[in-house]
Amino acid sequence: MREAHPGLPDFDYVRPASLEEASRFLAENPQTARPFMGGTDTFVRLRDGFWKETRYLVDVKNLDGRAEITFDPQNGLTVGAAVSMNQVVADPRIRSHYPLLAQAAHRVASYQLRTRATLVGNLCNASPAGDTLGACLLFGGILRVHGVEGYRDQPLGSFFQGPGRTALKPGDIVTSIRFPLPVPGSVGHYEKLGRNVLSDLAIVGVTVLGHPDSSAASGYRFHLALASVGPVPVVLSDLLTQAPLTPEALDEAAERAMEGCHPIDDVRGSARYRKLMVRNLSRRALALVWEGLQSGHRCE
Amino acid sequence: MAHHKISVTVNGSVESVDVPSNMTLLTMLREKLGLTGTKNGCTAGECGACTVFLDGEPVNSCLVLAVECDGAEVRTVESLARNGQLDPIQQSVIDHNAVQCGFCTPGVLISARALLDRNPDPSEEEIRDALVGNLCRCTGYVRILDAVKDAARVGAAAGNGGSR
Repeated sequence: MREAHPGLPDFDYVRPASLEEASRFLAENPQTARPFMGGTDTFVRLRDGFWKETRYLVDVKNLDGRAEITFDPQNGLTVGAAVSMNQVVADPRIRSHYPLLAQAAHRVASYQLRTRATLVGNLCNASPAGDTLGACLLFGGILRVHGVEGYRDQPLGSFFQGPGRTALKPGDIVTSIRFPLPVPGSVGHYEKLGRNVLSDLAIVGVTVLGHPDSSAASGYRFHLALASVGPVPVVLSDLLTQAPLTPEALDEAAERAMEGCHPIDDVRGSARYRKLMVRNLSRRALALVWEGLQSGHRCE
Repeated sequence: MAHHKISVTVNGSVESVDVPSNMTLLTMLREKLGLTGTKNGCTAGECGACTVFLDGEPVNSCLVLAVECDGAEVRTVESLARNGQLDPIQQSVIDHNAVQCGFCTPGVLISARALLDRNPDPSEEEIRDALVGNLCRCTGYVRILDAVKDAARVGAAAGNGGSR
């Protein structure tokens, strides 16, 4: 019988002095070494018997420059890999220029978990239910990755490859994520359905970002990302550009979101329930964003 | 498995502890330092019974390695009362009978104290949000909410946001 309080399996804690040392160690031990940041997913998985081959946990959060948030009105926002979810939620620059990101980060688990959990860790964990994946995708996030051959940029759009699987190779360490400036007047909203109102994993998550666009007949352009309804986040771009933008057009876009996803049955919900909830939550989120765009108020 | 000699300040006292790589902060507090006020509930960061302050912020101590705490400052529920004087949140929990079995109470107290430190006058929604990571299977939460509201009122009346 499973123990009520299983301990962590045996491993050696490794704290490299530099990114080069960390990448080299991870590349030399591809099967047995894992990088970790806040550890909020890593320790649970280790305890639950996943990753049985792990012999080394490599602590990469204390390396230089990784705990910083920087904002430049020309180039946008950069969030260091060691920045916690609570820092993202509270940062005035993020709340002002990327409120959707703060809203999504706030929906992750609990305050004490968010003290340790990081935005970049949430992305690297690549759970299809991840709350912040949609906002990061819709804001056009670009990961800065350090590998054995040096730095490279990795657009988030091609990062997720399946549950827990990403484009990262052995030795790769994400050092930050950069977001270009949002289109002026952008409005976003995240709708999450869990078993309780706060803290639980998403049964369905719907992220919507809309912005004014004079080239669109409707005057607006909407983008939508869905969580927990496929092995990777589902993104639908360039919605609702046709005129006129009416409640019926929102209904159709919500139907399209429902048809665009292929969820599975699991312990948190059936595929059919999830699809219906995608339609309903998409409708709600699209309406809120449309309202925000019309009023000039950035909904949170 | 590697062992590490760490120095950590726990409830104001500098401790030198030998810890294996896979020992959590929770296990170190309970089994190495005898601070059993912090409880072991789910070991998955969901129930909040193990909540302690790490460098001034509440964390699930079941999801922190002891070795990561080298040079850090940890405060547990044992630090809340000083010189025989209960923290206002402790007194409020007693006054409101916001305890039944008591297993969740140390974590609730830490989360509530953390909330009042960063927001001395929280709304009910903010209190619920701050305590969402502390599960209680006995009280139904209403008395806990009342206790936190009252501790905030006491703190406001004293002009110190509920702090000692």
